[in-house]
Amino acid sequence: MKALCWTGINKLAVETVPDPQILNAEDIIVKVRLSTTCGSDLHLLGGYIPAMRAGDILGHEFMGEVAEVGPAVRNHKAGDRVVVCSFVSCGRCWYCEQKLFSLCDNGNPNPAITEAMWGYAPGGCFGYSHAMGGYAGSHAEYIRVPYADQGAFAIPDEVEDMTALFASDAAATGWTGVDQIGVQAGDVVAVWGAGAVGQMAARAAILKGAERVMVIDRLPERLAQAADIIGADTINYASDSVAAELRERTGGRGPDICIEAVGMEADSTGPHYLYDQLKQQLRLETDRAIAVREAVHACRKGGGVFVLGVFGGLVDKFPLGAVMNKGLTLRGAQMHGHRYIPEILDGMARGEVTTSHLATHVLPLDQGPQGYRMFKNKEDGCVRAVFRPAG
Amino acid sequence: MKTTTKAAAAAATAAAGTGLAVNWIRRSRARAAAPGASAESRNRWRAVTVNKPAAEAAPDGKLPEPLAALGDRVEVRITPAPDGRGTEIAARLRAPEPAGPAAMPGRLAGRDPRQEVRSALRESKTLIEVGEVLRMDPQPAGERTSTPGGKLLDAVTKRARAEGML
Ligand SMILES: NC(=O)c1ccc[n+]([C@@H]2O[C@H](COP(=O)([O-])OP(=O)(O)OC[C@H]3O[C@@H](n4cnc5c(N)ncnc54)[C@H](O)[C@@H]3O)[C@@H](O)[C@H]2O)c1
Ligand SMILES: [Zn+2]
Ligand SMILES: [Zn+2]
Repeated sequence: MKALCWTGINKLAVETVPDPQILNAEDIIVKVRLSTTCGSDLHLLGGYIPAMRAGDILGHEFMGEVAEVGPAVRNHKAGDRVVVCSFVSCGRCWYCEQKLFSLCDNGNPNPAITEAMWGYAPGGCFGYSHAMGGYAGSHAEYIRVPYADQGAFAIPDEVEDMTALFASDAAATGWTGVDQIGVQAGDVVAVWGAGAVGQMAARAAILKGAERVMVIDRLPERLAQAADIIGADTINYASDSVAAELRERTGGRGPDICIEAVGMEADSTGPHYLYDQLKQQLRLETDRAIAVREAVHACRKGGGVFVLGVFGGLVDKFPLGAVMNKGLTLRGAQMHGHRYIPEILDGMARGEVTTSHLATHVLPLDQGPQGYRMFKNKEDGCVRAVFRPAG
Repeated sequence: MKTTTKAAAAAATAAAGTGLAVNWIRRSRARAAAPGASAESRNRWRAVTVNKPAAEAAPDGKLPEPLAALGDRVEVRITPAPDGRGTEIAARLRAPEPAGPAAMPGRLAGRDPRQEVRSALRESKTLIEVGEVLRMDPQPAGERTSTPGGKLLDAVTKRARAEGML
């Protein structure tokens, strides 16, 4: 089959690779219909997460049709239309029982790497380096899905492929942040990043009853989507002071909840951007936590900050004093998609969750390298490049 | 030895109240008390907690198969986790564990006895909880060009279940 492979830092190629096989009784093979780029891939592509091996197939956010089922699969049969959670979780360990699915004890067959980095290993994720399990990714014609009764979800008839696709990861990530930090009716919420993840976090907050939601970015086309389609207010950090705007728009209090959906490659108009970039290039810090710092600073006393953006290691100049003295709650997580995907699909069926606008560029897999270039450089208003492996 | 203690005490004053300093003092005291005996050199219990009651994790005291396969090389302890949150399965090598830099060649060659204990514990846990150990080979992949970083990563992933903090 054809697959889009990582071949080195900032290098991708479409290669012919062997088809996947059923390896465990609970596996299914999915014929991929749509598979999207995600901001997380950019961290891999650029070598910020150094556990990629030349030949690894990228992609973790996808939907398709069940092609084959293992002997122990109960909920799926060949031909079913499914969306698959980007994380691989067993559904039976203690963490899965607590509904903290991305912390699954049995989802990462490669625990040594992340145990060394973080003390304990989170679960595994498709197409997300050997640190997160070394699973072949979804930018391919077919993909093997372990624990399929847990991780694959039937798509309601009313929901189109392109809408359902984003339940796999971007929407489920937004839902994770909003639910885990405890957004409540009446809250004022600020979201850093107007990519797919930030937009979905904003939508989840609105559906939870947040009274006002503000999305921060510098890309006008993304801010326009956040305003027109998601229904949020916006702040452009390139032309405005985020701190001053938030203070002014919250009666001087600051947002109740701040959600960071930017990640380790954040940029900024200020001088600390150069500082962080230099340190990151010299490997003196692994991540640029610019938006997290800003969120911690802007948050009201006693408020909550949730880190949805991906970070790999160490950050510099972290305002721990603000966390402590303002009595903040600081949390983060990889997405617990298994918990939220059913509710997201229902919301999609009711027309409350719109996602297809995120797919600004739909391409055949052969154009994978171009798709990533556009997505990485945010060329031509690209929010997400989505691949159709079947052509 | 005296200087170590003094240095630690000075650091403790500088960073009064931090857990780091406290640990540091404890460690230098331990070193002062038993010269040559580092904290790493004693055989450790390595443990996983499985999300099942003991009666299901080890019915009639029967060990899960990967641990049973280690025979007399390990002692095994099975105890309920606090608050009924599953069962702790711990194993400890009977022979002294290799220590320090001298252990490195064995670890790289996959001959370190701790590695089979870690693998057996991890496999036991997943067998008890889900009934099957995830298989990862063969998987589709593009051309695995040979690079120094790639070689290192291959070496690490080959020992994926045998290394780590366990
Ligand atoms: N926690 C999870 O499970 C999970 C899942 C998916 C993605 N992610 C992470 O979420 C983040 C966003 O993903 P995405 O797909 O939306 O990526 P994206 O690259 O499309 O979007 C990131 C956005 O952040 C904006 N940005 C950069 N610096 C900023 C700053 N200082 N302030 C405000 N905005 C800034 C960029 O302009 C861009 O629009 C990434 O780090 C990704 O790895 C996490
Ligand atoms: Zn993602
Ligand atoms: Zn689990």
